[in-house]
Amino acid sequence: MSTMNLARREGSLLGDSMTMFGRSLKLSMRSPEAIFMALIVPAVLMVVFVYVFGGAMDVGGYSVVNFIVPGIILQTIGQGMPAIAVRVNSDMTKGIVDRFRTMPIAKSSILVGHAFATLVQSAITVAATIGAALLVGFRPSAGLIEWLMIAGILVLYIFMMAWLAVVSGVHAKESESAAGLMSMIGILPFLSSGFVPTETMPWALRVFAENQPMTPIINTMRALMLDQPLPDGALRAAILWCVGLTVVFYGMALAIYQRKTRR
Amino acid sequence: MTQPSPAIVVKNLTKSYKNHQVLKGVNFTVQQGSIFALLGSNGAGKTTTVKILATLMQPDGGRAEINGCDVVQEAGAVRNEISLTGQYAAVDEMLTGRENLRIIGALRHLPDKNARADELLDFFRLTDAGDNLVATYSGGMRRRLDIAMSLMGRPPVVFLDEPTTGLDPQNRLAMWEIVKSMADSGTTVLLTTQYLDEAEYLADHIAVLHEGVIIADGTVDELKQKLPQGIIQLQFKTEADLQKARELLTGYPIRRGETAFAIDVQTDGGAKQFADILNKLNYWNVADFTFAPKQPTLEDAFLTLIGEK
Repeated sequence: MSTMNLARREGSLLGDSMTMFGRSLKLSMRSPEAIFMALIVPAVLMVVFVYVFGGAMDVGGYSVVNFIVPGIILQTIGQGMPAIAVRVNSDMTKGIVDRFRTMPIAKSSILVGHAFATLVQSAITVAATIGAALLVGFRPSAGLIEWLMIAGILVLYIFMMAWLAVVSGVHAKESESAAGLMSMIGILPFLSSGFVPTETMPWALRVFAENQPMTPIINTMRALMLDQPLPDGALRAAILWCVGLTVVFYGMALAIYQRKTRR
Repeated sequence: MTQPSPAIVVKNLTKSYKNHQVLKGVNFTVQQGSIFALLGSNGAGKTTTVKILATLMQPDGGRAEINGCDVVQEAGAVRNEISLTGQYAAVDEMLTGRENLRIIGALRHLPDKNARADELLDFFRLTDAGDNLVATYSGGMRRRLDIAMSLMGRPPVVFLDEPTTGLDPQNRLAMWEIVKSMADSGTTVLLTTQYLDEAEYLADHIAVLHEGVIIADGTVDELKQKLPQGIIQLQFKTEADLQKARELLTGYPIRRGETAFAIDVQTDGGAKQFADILNKLNYWNVADFTFAPKQPTLEDAFLTLIGEK
């Protein structure tokens, strides 16, 4: 009996993560709240910003809808994150993680699975947001290359946010605080170049807005979507922020997970 | 004939949380294919012991082996040998029963995971509910699914941490039959319980854990023998008769019985003392009573053992 068991495979990070990805994806697609966040919120935000605030907004030489689409996209991606944090947290606190930890599988696969499922959930959100934007007058002039670059930046951004949600989920003692931290992150796009030009902000807010990660990401996406020249250093800053923070959050998530599961 | 090597060996296990020492040197051995009950009240250290054996926690001192593999040094190999069913059903509510099972099958790299899932659904009477979300399951169904998930990979050693806590009597009996059938198919089962009747009914071997040490260890019969024998239960009809009997039998240790107007009288188990008791009661006209030798229960053993300590 034991020889057979010794011959059994040890867990592989890739294979186990794929299984966990399938699990997380099913869980997220079956959560009515996640579907609502992914599909309805983009449409509501679009209508509010374009038809309610839009008339009073001065965004320079742009049409309001063309100006705000990148900010709205980051905003809607962010709104899906509390649900991810709650899902990770419930795995941690409801004994699920203990079952997986007593099995011969790669340790971090459960977290990696959640991060990749977030990518799919957020991709649906982005598609819904762009669809809603087109309906209310968004007229992008990007070509295929530009759209691919936008997609690439969004993938990096979503991973960064997903790992932050994982950090929040593994760290929190209960689901309320896991969701709470991620909801706070949700206001960051408002303090960026997403909805009004930063030049219109008071000094302190402007310094913050121009130096936080959302701004170079938004500026790069906006330029690509409208086929304008990229602002100096914006693309590089966007990539560095996303990759750098992803590495930091991934490391934090694993460290907290290790600490919480070694007692 | 050589004795097969034990499935679980625990030697001098210690564990503290901050300043509180939960395990103070736990020792026991579990034979292959047997059912072993770790019996103790809340806070005795049962769950801590199981968590260490299931590689979820590291001991401060001592060591433990599962099928010859050290739970700390060879945790990966141990995980191939075991499964753990904790106190709270670790199942995904928003997946169906079948999906829950198949995920475990995939993580265990089972070539026959779909067939195995169907087999277990059938065995645990969940076939009809197999494609429903677990959120719609009753408590008993969740617990059965939880155990089915543990058995997916056919582990040789299974840990069940309080498998019947919170179950109604009917589901409790069903769980007992499941545990029995696991052992019948050659699986080694270590279960923890607070219920004496559960340990008595299921276990080949019982260890009583109290405040972090094993205070008794043996078969059900061996534990019962640690009890004083020769208790006679006397059942009277009136309070007056009961009081009279207490006065007459002052020479014997007497405890209150389990029912109204009843007492338990401790004798040496010999005929002489028995006759003496009946004669005394008869002589003083306390004759309207019934008597029965009292079988010591595990509860008596438990109380006696804790009392001795």
